[in-house]
Amino acid sequence: MVPIAISVDSPADSRELRQKAGYTFPFLSDSDTTAIRAYDLLHKGQGVDGHDVARPGEFLVDSNGVVRWVNLTEDFRVRARGDQFLAQARQLR
Amino acid sequence: MERRKRNWHVWAGFLLCLLGVVSYFVLFARFPVTRDVPWANFLIMAAGLGFLISGLRRAYGQSQQYKGKIVGPVLSVFGLAAIGLFCFVIFYATKQMPKAAGAPKVGEKAPEFTLVDTDNRQVSLANLLATPLPNSSRPPKGLFLIFYRGYW
Repeated sequence: MVPIAISVDSPADSRELRQKAGYTFPFLSDSDTTAIRAYDLLHKGQGVDGHDVARPGEFLVDSNGVVRWVNLTEDFRVRARGDQFLAQARQLR
Repeated sequence: MERRKRNWHVWAGFLLCLLGVVSYFVLFARFPVTRDVPWANFLIMAAGLGFLISGLRRAYGQSQQYKGKIVGPVLSVFGLAAIGLFCFVIFYATKQMPKAAGAPKVGEKAPEFTLVDTDNRQVSLANLLATPLPNSSRPPKGLFLIFYRGYW
């Protein structure tokens, strides 16, 4: 299982965050929100200077490209936790 | 005229109310157990309210002994305002999000995408699913796509 982080941040901003946090999995930059819109996660005008960002959303995709688990929080304070990911990863085996 | 004692309860109450708000953002929001339900912050604020009430009782009930008839209500109003703002953020503001009704559902194909990684390389969902992991000859059993707000 590999986590893939996706946001509107530039590759440079993502690189900084990734290094600071010590993550080794990929961080992808969706600055024109094409993927974010394809997953219907656009949160209009919520960026610092009014640009669009993604609302939080997590998807488990199996090796055939099929969605196996979805987590769409109704409160952006309350995001998916590591133990939820681990439980899902175990089920996929 | 007899000298009255400083009413430290109103100050303690006010500072605890502020601490209850600020500590969420600098500390308790980092840990899911204190983030999802901010019980630790509500405990601190409850202690703050207790001190404010006690301080006001001293100021008005034992006004020969204690000061605080002006500063007490003023600090109480600010303390309550801080708690009110906190409740607004926690119970309302962070819940204002689009529904994502069109997001892919369990059993559906995940929409394909091509994005750039932190080394400015183009990466597609199909690539990610087909590329073997480092230290392994096999592609991953699955991916967790984590969409996040970023730096805003």
